[in-house]
Amino acid sequence: MPSGTTLFEKVWSDHVVVPETAETPAVLYIDLHLIHEVTTPQAFNLLRAQGLKARRPDLTLATMDHSTPTTPVSSFRDLAVVGAGAADQIRRMEENCKEFGIDLLGFDSEFRGIVHVIGPELGATQPGKTIVCGDSHTSTHGAFGALAFGIGTTEVGHVLATQCLLQRKPKTLAIDVSGNLPPGVVSKDLILAIIGEIGVDGGTGHVIEYRGSGIAALDMEARMTVCNMSIEAGARAGMIAPDDKTIAYLDGRPRSPKGADWDAAVSRWQHLKSDPEAQFDRTMAIDADELQPMITFGTNPGMVVGINDPVPDNSADPSFRKALDYMQISTGKPLTDTKVDIVFVGSCTNSRLSDLQQAADVLRGRKIANGVRMLVVPGSQQIKKDAEKLGLDRIFAAAGAEWRESGCSMCLGMNGDTVGNGQLSVSTSNRNFEGRQGIGARTVLASPMTAAASALSGRVADPRPYLR
Amino acid sequence: MQPITHFQSRTVVLPTKDIDTDQIIPARFLTTTTREGLGQALFHDLRFAADGSMIDDFVLNTPEADGCEILVAGKNLGCGSSREHAPWALLDYGFRAVISTEIADIFRNNSLKNGLIPIVVDAATHEFLLRNPGIKLDIDVRTATLTLPDGGIVQFPIDGFARYCLVEGIDQLGYLRQQMDEILKFEETRSWTP
Repeated sequence: MPSGTTLFEKVWSDHVVVPETAETPAVLYIDLHLIHEVTTPQAFNLLRAQGLKARRPDLTLATMDHSTPTTPVSSFRDLAVVGAGAADQIRRMEENCKEFGIDLLGFDSEFRGIVHVIGPELGATQPGKTIVCGDSHTSTHGAFGALAFGIGTTEVGHVLATQCLLQRKPKTLAIDVSGNLPPGVVSKDLILAIIGEIGVDGGTGHVIEYRGSGIAALDMEARMTVCNMSIEAGARAGMIAPDDKTIAYLDGRPRSPKGADWDAAVSRWQHLKSDPEAQFDRTMAIDADELQPMITFGTNPGMVVGINDPVPDNSADPSFRKALDYMQISTGKPLTDTKVDIVFVGSCTNSRLSDLQQAADVLRGRKIANGVRMLVVPGSQQIKKDAEKLGLDRIFAAAGAEWRESGCSMCLGMNGDTVGNGQLSVSTSNRNFEGRQGIGARTVLASPMTAAASALSGRVADPRPYLR
Repeated sequence: MQPITHFQSRTVVLPTKDIDTDQIIPARFLTTTTREGLGQALFHDLRFAADGSMIDDFVLNTPEADGCEILVAGKNLGCGSSREHAPWALLDYGFRAVISTEIADIFRNNSLKNGLIPIVVDAATHEFLLRNPGIKLDIDVRTATLTLPDGGIVQFPIDGFARYCLVEGIDQLGYLRQQMDEILKFEETRSWTP
């Protein structure tokens, strides 16, 4: 590898099957294709219509997460709770995977979960891989030094049929994070602050590399939260160079390499970092020491404010006014007085064990406020099991929260878990778009600790007074 | 895919910035397993109130919007979810092109693969289009140009390969499958296997 290349360029060039030219995009090889029930049925229909096979089922990992129920049903076959459309989609996924010879981590599997949670959990997500999925939050897997990005359903068909994609090379953006996050401030606050800084289109056309002491200090789950929301800044992908934490995380997982393969993989992974003299198309810097808990106040993830700071006034902009009208929020004062109806802890952003532990630490021995409904949805069935081993389910139940089966759930409300019209939700998910969590739902994005503190207070709340 | 070379239509203007794909088609309409009929769900929660009644003053519900095949939107159109249902819904509703100063990456890719032309214009042209809803535009994909009613011509960027596929009606999967020898060679010769 020539000196002066970025982590992104190293992974990219390692996967170029046919180089790009002025006339044609590159043919890029895909090492891991994650699929789920929502963005694949039309791709399988296309394969069927053209008489094509899934070329590499061995490089395809399938699960069901978006349309699936999170209620603890007596039998997973009992899908009535999610509605006819979602139930049909789930059945179709089972049929398609069977017909095309793809292993499905379906309802019978103890490894089922949100696609971006189980990839790393199983060790299928590895440094240096190219990973795609018909889901924009595929950027999550970049936390391992993989090049991972979301694609549409047509491209899902391309990967199923050829294991390749036609791609133009994106630009690069380095985000240097100095310092360390203070107590009560976590990686969710960091990525919200970054999106607030560069805007929801600040990363368009770019792959972000997050680096610096503030990133090195994060554990793998916290890094996944950061990379997960790269798409919320418009970026194609987010990446973090693998280090000892990455290797320790992957050691011994079901799909991690074994024996001599593991040793070879580790020595390959240790070279996966940007060279000191590598040039990025753009750079930005942020100081983690200066951060506080962050929340959103508007209808996109770039409308961000510190928990105790007044909502800024940008009312000359009609889109800004429209957002605040929708949110029924006024400018000039903090959101901390705002009444909360729903608290959601979950989603591919914040449903891992450490996220649940952070929420449980705030809730332990306390009761959520009257009139607040709190839903805790683990990211996978494995996380559910691990959390129950630690007694987190009992802490949530004692506080008055609902403990659910894994899935995407109230992040996008496809499975019937929705926020009511006009209700205010403090949510650990990734999108506060109009109607995202339900028709007329008003979403405030926050960390698991801020979400838990808000459930206790019944108002949007700073978690720091609740820390032990 | 049918070749797309050239068309004319009036514009409908939705000036809001950062229109995300959740607004273009809300998630609850994604439980479908086909791509047909999604036009009904296009901008559903902007077109219809929670009780199902039509919101008369939403621009797509006004008589002026009838027959308009070009949507002019605020900057950063199509951000958020990768759902291809967004361009499918726009096409099914009757749109053939979307225009903004900035179009989100995945939405732009998805649009090009389905024959919905994503057009990025400069701020001055955008401002003119926002201020003059309903004007007739001539879009020529072959030359990547947009012709205004006064005859002014605006060039727009479009990936050469995507344009070639649109104009010739070529399916990109067909092209990709022609590379199979190279793909097999790559798999056989790479230094590690996933």
